[in-house]
Amino acid sequence: LTLLKPLVSIARLLARKYRGLKLEAAKQFVKEPVMRARGVRRILSALVLSACALGVWSIYSTDRARADEPSYFAIKNARIVPVSGAPIPNGTIVISHGLIKAVGANPTIPPEARVIDGTGLTVYPGLIDAGTDVGLGAAAAPAAAGGGGRGGGGGGRGATTANVPLSRGPEDRPATTPWESAADQLMSSDARMATWRNSGFTTALVIPRNGIFPGQAAVVNFGEAEHTDELVVKTPAALPINPQGGRGEYTGFPSALMGQISYVRQVFIDAQWYAQAQQIYEAHPQGNKRPAYDHTNAAISHALANKELVVYPAQTDVQILRALKMVPTLGARWALSGAQQGYEVSDAIKAANVPVIINVNWPVAGTGGGGGGGGRGGGGDLPDPLRTLRFRDRAPSTPAVLAKAGVKIAFMSGGIANPKDILRNISKSISAGLPADVALRALTLGAAEILGVSDRLGSLDVGKIANLVVTDGDIFADATKVKWVFVDGRPFIPPPVPDVPPAGRGGGAGGADISGAWNLSFTTDQGAMQASANFQIGADGSMSGTVSSPYGTAQVTRGSVNGNQFRITISMQLNGQPTDIILSGTINGNQLTGSFETPDGNLTPFTGTRPRASAEEEVRQ
Amino acid sequence: MKSTSPKINRKLVLAISVGLMAVGAIAISSWPSEAQGTSDVTLIKNATILTVTKGTILHGSLLIRNGKIAEVGTSVAAPAGATVIDGTGMFVMPGIIDCHSHIAVEGGVNEGSVSDSSIANILDVLNPEDIDIYRDLAGGVTTANVLHGSANAIGGQTIVIKLRWGQPADKLVFEGALPGIKFALGENPKRANSTVLPGQVRRYPATRMGVEDVIRQSFTEAVEYKKKWDDYNHRKSAGEANLIPPRRDLRLDPLVEVLEGKRYVHSHCYVADEILMLIRVANEFGFKVRTFQHVLEGYKVAKEMAAHGAGASTFSDWWSYKLEAYDAIPYNAALMTQKGVIVSINSDDAEEAQHLNQEAAKTMKYGGLSHDDALKLVTINPAKQLGIDNRVGSIEVGKDADLVIYNHDPLSVYAVVQKSIIDGKVYFDRDTDIKNRAEIAKEKQALLEKERQAGGAGRGGRNGGRGPGNLIQDREE
Repeated sequence: LTLLKPLVSIARLLARKYRGLKLEAAKQFVKEPVMRARGVRRILSALVLSACALGVWSIYSTDRARADEPSYFAIKNARIVPVSGAPIPNGTIVISHGLIKAVGANPTIPPEARVIDGTGLTVYPGLIDAGTDVGLGAAAAPAAAGGGGRGGGGGGRGATTANVPLSRGPEDRPATTPWESAADQLMSSDARMATWRNSGFTTALVIPRNGIFPGQAAVVNFGEAEHTDELVVKTPAALPINPQGGRGEYTGFPSALMGQISYVRQVFIDAQWYAQAQQIYEAHPQGNKRPAYDHTNAAISHALANKELVVYPAQTDVQILRALKMVPTLGARWALSGAQQGYEVSDAIKAANVPVIINVNWPVAGTGGGGGGGGRGGGGDLPDPLRTLRFRDRAPSTPAVLAKAGVKIAFMSGGIANPKDILRNISKSISAGLPADVALRALTLGAAEILGVSDRLGSLDVGKIANLVVTDGDIFADATKVKWVFVDGRPFIPPPVPDVPPAGRGGGAGGADISGAWNLSFTTDQGAMQASANFQIGADGSMSGTVSSPYGTAQVTRGSVNGNQFRITISMQLNGQPTDIILSGTINGNQLTGSFETPDGNLTPFTGTRPRASAEEEVRQ
Repeated sequence: MKSTSPKINRKLVLAISVGLMAVGAIAISSWPSEAQGTSDVTLIKNATILTVTKGTILHGSLLIRNGKIAEVGTSVAAPAGATVIDGTGMFVMPGIIDCHSHIAVEGGVNEGSVSDSSIANILDVLNPEDIDIYRDLAGGVTTANVLHGSANAIGGQTIVIKLRWGQPADKLVFEGALPGIKFALGENPKRANSTVLPGQVRRYPATRMGVEDVIRQSFTEAVEYKKKWDDYNHRKSAGEANLIPPRRDLRLDPLVEVLEGKRYVHSHCYVADEILMLIRVANEFGFKVRTFQHVLEGYKVAKEMAAHGAGASTFSDWWSYKLEAYDAIPYNAALMTQKGVIVSINSDDAEEAQHLNQEAAKTMKYGGLSHDDALKLVTINPAKQLGIDNRVGSIEVGKDADLVIYNHDPLSVYAVVQKSIIDGKVYFDRDTDIKNRAEIAKEKQALLEKERQAGGAGRGGRNGGRGPGNLIQDREE
């Protein structure tokens, strides 16, 4: 090691010199520092590798990001909005080794700091998306997720594939993997982390997908790191429950909402019983029957003992009141998520003293309404009922109403595809009466408080993680551009992308392109099957087309694409009855993954490819 | 205080079919609102009062105080400050009780994945904003037994509700009414008519024998489970320390309640032999079947049902819609009544529930029931079947003021509901409804226009769109 020391010094000198040259030559900080750092890194690597043993490499790889990049930054002459205190009209913020070193009107700037002239810029704490699957990669095919839990597979009512075990009751632990962790599922290949970051979102509560108990959520910084582990701020951060979701990922018990609610209740009863039984058994093994090990019970009882935050979804007023009654019986600390119709029941939410993570993916026309509790099957030919119209009109007022009632709030993107739309949708709430400073707090310190990380994130305070977003204007103004983002003290400059126009109405225009021909593959108990589909999207956004399979040809009656999610209803004759089948899933370029759903809830997963794309692939091979 | 006098609109009476359709149309866009009623004291005066249990009072008056029936007679005076409803030409009867309903349920009526879904509970998924509540209220229904579907031999737990439109879910629950559990026999639980789609595995059982086996198996487990708990509690109270308690099983808890007589069994059934089968199984395990539901061949085994103490809740004249319904006859309700069975006529369907008065009337033609006995089929009899006859089902002093006001004799096809009253509050008022329609249409138009002007303002498109409104509603009898 003594041998290596001089080498390291040389490398550092070189790096500094290189940086100095660059600084002098450019006189500005427009070139992306990370790019430059990579250049330095290349030189270093070559030098180190050619000169010496592999041991040197390991020194650098452990702290690579910081070893060869500037560790000190200062943004001066900027408007600084710490959130925890009053804005500083013309101040300086100093970052050192990933943490905030100083904030104030005129703090000392260390000589080695890269200084950014913040004239005309505003510095905010990095924004927090308090509920997303960004970071977990593209949505997996439902079939792949079915393995979750001992009995991820189908029951009599809804087997998906013949070879998946049946879920016949709570004991099979359907769609239940509470021991899984989003922290372990992070994929650096998920490009959405960069798009979120570029819009100012430095941090998110990343919630595992798939299932009633999909696994534990983690607070994750959307930075860049050699290993995704380095991005994790806190894990486990929350235990999400999803009693209404998961229908695409498992079948069998429980297939109806009431079954799912009872199942959730049984799991918590089991976990509490397990903790009690284990305790008694460990103290008095003789004369007592050994309580059987159960992975789910172990994970949930551990989460309960650690007072982990249960995140429970409820969208409509009816669902919210139901959750307020049911979740407290589980014996866990909890937060409500979704809550778009919270404006109807703010008093009850306040009385329950439960924080709310509001889904800002506001309902829009043509997407099934989603609302008003009893809102009858939206998306049909009937005009939307007044209740649904009112819900769509008033949903954006929920943050204002809840904040006014004194409820702690945060925001989640809830499936929004373009992160710019998160802020646009929050702007609608500001128009509906939410004070901008309250909105900002919900996006930063408020979210950090709910997620239990306000001691390290959420405001511009000395010692906290240096997650910053630097803009050229008010964060909620549509014309505002994000100029810099700092994550764990590392600087990023969002590429000057042309502003993506807001997503359109539900019908087709809003998302990825599904129009054209597709080959769909699926498996039944009769073996592998093929279907061919052709979708067209009309000028008004309406969808038409056909799906031909061994079961006959079906007509598309309606459909919509939002982001990369599609949902298409086809009508076909089955056993002489006209039957609606719903195709839903994800578009990923020339790939579709999703499932067919029959009226009684049976799900059959499928994958789809473009005929031309597969032909090209064959040629290449 | 406000006094309302609903006038009989003769045009409406004549155009009866139009009128009935209109009731359906009203409700599409109605919004839950607090029930009307400005005072706790209301007098309905000068009406024909069909008490059901105590005869008919012509030119009678009915005083409601604090949600209860305070006085009934021909010379009841309005206390100072009372709201007075002029009942001239009107008929007042007890609110209709629907002993078999699937309204107000969110996210699926069947937990159809398993043959015994007793873990599931309708109470957990009550949806007070289901428009069917309002529509049924407009048909005179004030109380409904909301049942799980019939996809399972042992279905989910059930709940009796009052149709208090505009109130939150927990305010719908009929206070003190014993909860139930749905059983189902025959074609539905054996899934004889279900489409087996690609990938679907046909669920056990596939025969009527299998249905019996499922019930027997579950109750055998419930007996063992109860014993385990009894043993534990006994040993614990005897002072034994450090015992590991048995695991609580939410599927078996309600079955133990059935065994202990704390939960009613409402069993969907059709054919005579399966009715006898369930009586035998119930006797074997020592529980009672509170009601046989649909029970289209009940007339064949009415004596046995009466001996068991089971009620029968049937249809008026639906038949032949599946093999097991071929032997149905419209005389069923009358014949079972004559054999001493407490009989009710149920809807099983949100639309049917809007004219249960007419369904009851059919038994006068088919079987010759008296006017009062026909009315009993949708009032006091279902109240008895649900164990709530001390509260509702007839017009008697002290009972809940759950009333329907018709413009004609309710057993006439010309009868149209004018007001539905629960706990003394008007929850449906035909005049108010008609008056509000224009306003509702206007608001709808304004909101649509606002959306249109926002111009495809669907920023942040919605993900997938599996909103709660999209959940498939599975309605099975």
